Amino acid sequence: MAEQKRIFIEHSIFMLVVILCGIFIENTYYLQIMTFIGINTLLALGLNMLMGYAGQVSLGHAAFYGIGAYTTAILSTTFGISPWIALLCAVGGAVFIAFVVGLPTLKLSGYYLGMGTLGFGMIVNIVFREWSSVTGGSSGFVGIPMLEAGSILFESGSSYFFLVWAVVFIAIIICRRILSSRMGRALRSIHDGENASMAVGVNTHFLKLQIFMFSAALGAIAGFLYAHFVMFISPESFGFMVSVKMVTMVVIGGMASVWGAILGASLLTLLPEVLHSFQEYEMIIFGLILMVVMIFMPQGLTRGLLDIYEHSRKKTGKIEQLNLNFKD
Amino acid sequence: MKQRKINAALLVMAFCGMVMAASVIETPSVLAASAYKIGGIFDSTGPASFLGDPEKKTMEMMVEQINAAGGIDGQKVEAVIYDSEGDPAKAVSAVNKLLHKDNVIAIIGPSTTPTTLAIVNFIEKARVPLISCAAGVEITSPIKPWVFKTAQSDLLAVAAIYKTMQAKGIKKIGIITVANAFGESGKNQLVGQAKDFGIEVVIKESFGPNDTDTTAQLTKIKSALPDAIVCWGTNPGPAVVAKNVKQLKIDVPLYQSHGVASPKFIELAGDASEGIILPTGKILVTKLLAETDPQKKILEKYEADYKTKFNSNVSGFGGYAYDAMLMLDNAVKGSGGDKEKIRAALESTKKYVGVTGEFNFSATDHNGLSPDAFVMVEIKGGTWKLLDK
Amino acid sequence: MQEIIQYLFSGVTTGSIYAVIAVGLSMLYSSTELINFSHGEFVMLGAMGIVTLWVHLSLPLPLAFILTVAGVSVIGMLFERFAIRTAKKHQPITLVIITVGASILFRGLAMILWGKDPFSVPSFSKHESIEIAGAALVPQSLFIVVAAFILAGAIHLFFKQTLTGKAMVACAVNKKAAWLSGIPSERIGVLAFIISTGTGAAAGIFIAPITMSSYDMGTMLGLKGFCAAMIGGLGSLWGAFAGGILLGVLESLGAGLISSGLKDAIAFILLLLILYICPAGLFSAKVAKRF
Repeated sequence: MAEQKRIFIEHSIFMLVVILCGIFIENTYYLQIMTFIGINTLLALGLNMLMGYAGQVSLGHAAFYGIGAYTTAILSTTFGISPWIALLCAVGGAVFIAFVVGLPTLKLSGYYLGMGTLGFGMIVNIVFREWSSVTGGSSGFVGIPMLEAGSILFESGSSYFFLVWAVVFIAIIICRRILSSRMGRALRSIHDGENASMAVGVNTHFLKLQIFMFSAALGAIAGFLYAHFVMFISPESFGFMVSVKMVTMVVIGGMASVWGAILGASLLTLLPEVLHSFQEYEMIIFGLILMVVMIFMPQGLTRGLLDIYEHSRKKTGKIEQLNLNFKD
Repeated sequence: MKQRKINAALLVMAFCGMVMAASVIETPSVLAASAYKIGGIFDSTGPASFLGDPEKKTMEMMVEQINAAGGIDGQKVEAVIYDSEGDPAKAVSAVNKLLHKDNVIAIIGPSTTPTTLAIVNFIEKARVPLISCAAGVEITSPIKPWVFKTAQSDLLAVAAIYKTMQAKGIKKIGIITVANAFGESGKNQLVGQAKDFGIEVVIKESFGPNDTDTTAQLTKIKSALPDAIVCWGTNPGPAVVAKNVKQLKIDVPLYQSHGVASPKFIELAGDASEGIILPTGKILVTKLLAETDPQKKILEKYEADYKTKFNSNVSGFGGYAYDAMLMLDNAVKGSGGDKEKIRAALESTKKYVGVTGEFNFSATDHNGLSPDAFVMVEIKGGTWKLLDK
Repeated sequence: MQEIIQYLFSGVTTGSIYAVIAVGLSMLYSSTELINFSHGEFVMLGAMGIVTLWVHLSLPLPLAFILTVAGVSVIGMLFERFAIRTAKKHQPITLVIITVGASILFRGLAMILWGKDPFSVPSFSKHESIEIAGAALVPQSLFIVVAAFILAGAIHLFFKQTLTGKAMVACAVNKKAAWLSGIPSERIGVLAFIISTGTGAAAGIFIAPITMSSYDMGTMLGLKGFCAAMIGGLGSLWGAFAGGILLGVLESLGAGLISSGLKDAIAFILLLLILYICPAGLFSAKVAKRF
């Protein structure tokens, strides 16, 4: 009961923060940055389910991000289909591809799984680049329409900001639901020991496949939102380095934590913006921050910050106790 | 142990905090209040840094010169430049920063076609003039009211190459292009225009921007028996191609694109660069130009200025930013910073002789260059030689 | 036929480079269970080192070679001491992200030190390309292939013949048991790092003359090396070697016979098929570990 209450409070605070941000921030630049954070959070959430809970690493997740973006771009621009129907196709397509690819790939483990997913990501990216009659090739795909729902036109600005964060909120709730179900418990058992969970009757392969498909769906939704936000896509936005960035977001934010995904996505989106003023030295500082955070907060920022908080509380508590002792 | 870890973690926090603070307290601009703010987005790092880096330096130099001469209409000019690293998403966030945070009156850049196309929608919506430094034809066709560009389209480069080939009686060519936006655009132009010049493209190959070796592709081209090979790419790939052509003893002329038109290419390809023919802006051959050439004066000035300021050789790519900045300077004069007026003034720019060529903008042409913006050169004895037209 | 031979020549040349990189990765994994995602950056440092020492300072080639390899090994050692060892007890994925951070850091440093332009390095010998059955073979290719075999052979002998090498193998099999029998596993780890980054630098030096060296050349090479090591099976020296050659040949044949635009895709599809059939690589030495 207490757990439920805590989650309810967390969600309310989250919603409140989002709404306040959307209302009080008027500068389009800041809103746009936060929209990007939202899109990245979706990516990190999906991958976090796979990595943090099921313990499977994917180095090719940008492929699903790209599949989502390209599907909606092609369907809504070339064929003039409504973007909302295109969204369904994008998610359906990504889930189907995740199923076909996941079936053999998820039998691999550890670094081999990393290699398998990496190869998949590279192949998809090459398809984006080489199939130029459909995808526009390396020059990119122009003219993606804006999103519309009834009389609301989702222009970049607060309307798109609310759209993205509403999707993030729904995604968080769905993730929580999955995690507190039987499936979530089974997932954690895979993470702790695959053989053991198999022994107690968990169909680990099928479960991994399901969660892989779920994270692919989230990736595709993020791709859909990205495509209609920027209205231009090109293969570089979905390359290997983007996959690595996604893994970094998950690990640095803190694996197996929903809030970690937000924290990681925020850090990796904001950091390059903030580091702009260092110009040439940007890469050096970015690399250093990554290393230093990982060395000293191996569990990611969420755990690391909590540790510091708890520690400082304990410390002040101790001092008070000492004072009391002296008085005695 | 635990204690140490926590301390370390605090250290990290402090470090991160410092970085954040450092960036928040951005060096306050002396000119802030009454200055014309002009934005720049260049790929000054990343794969297209050979374009972005000279462009950025040129823009900084130009702003300095304009301010030294008293600014525009007595107002100082302030440049706000961001790096897009060749990443469309970064370009989008840079353009929004320029439009909504820095409130610039015009923007120069980005350096590549994808980064430019990514921001075009935001530019049109915000109604701020943009002068792109990218080559792709798609940028200015169809015409977008607020988007101009100073770089020569690859359309003109291909036309220049084909004209030379026609004169030499070359009928069948094999092409090898780099697998990115530059190479793809080149490939489309090469294939699309071939018929107009009575040339047939017998084989199309490509190579990755970071490939270490292209002998497999060239072997295939060799077996298709073309009269000439055209390579379309930017350093370092084309230098590898040139080396491989020599190693495989392929005995047909090799043409390169304007993407490698810099002394760096000769340095990279070494002996293998001998006899290569390519189109280039006139900046590479300033010394060889006739005294009567209208561009000669401005080219010499740019070359000298750049050399004294940065102590490095000028590159033709920086010229895109040079022309953009000068034309913008002219357009802003008398506009009082009104974006609509600047746009109108840009569009009516006529007979501006710049580093890249002579510009004649109009409502139907936002690039405004004629084919003679390119000259054909041959590499002979480690230096450039003008080919007769 | 003549074309096929040419494809094979170029495939084996690039493949040897991948092989040396993969061997470095694989041997580091077998003694520390870590995949170093900044390995490609050490290759880049090797290439840039030879640019500075041989081309710019015109030191004699052997001296420049030794200095570069030694210098890069020292950087590898410092990296181990300050980044990896401090974080030794963490999960493998954390360590992987640390190496990703390191690769960004090294790239940034190289960009400042050497600038953004690529450099060219002349061939080690002045000979023209040799013609074999109508296909051209560049002398530098021979250098690369021979060097790859010598390096792999040397590491093989080191593992089989020397006490230190055997100690390293022992660490790879079971670290705790090795420690119990008196092997200083920490020092072995440092040594593995030194050898691994040293071979990376050597790969960079040999590749420099056939391609152009620039600060961002490492990422792609590291990635290909990683794939090669995976195909061969982690922890297997000759497996990694074979994986590298296989990847190079597949790429070259794919480019020549099917399509150069799709060459990477073709290579990756075949590699994935291999992985599906042998989930732990072709010559896996031991059971794969999970992240």
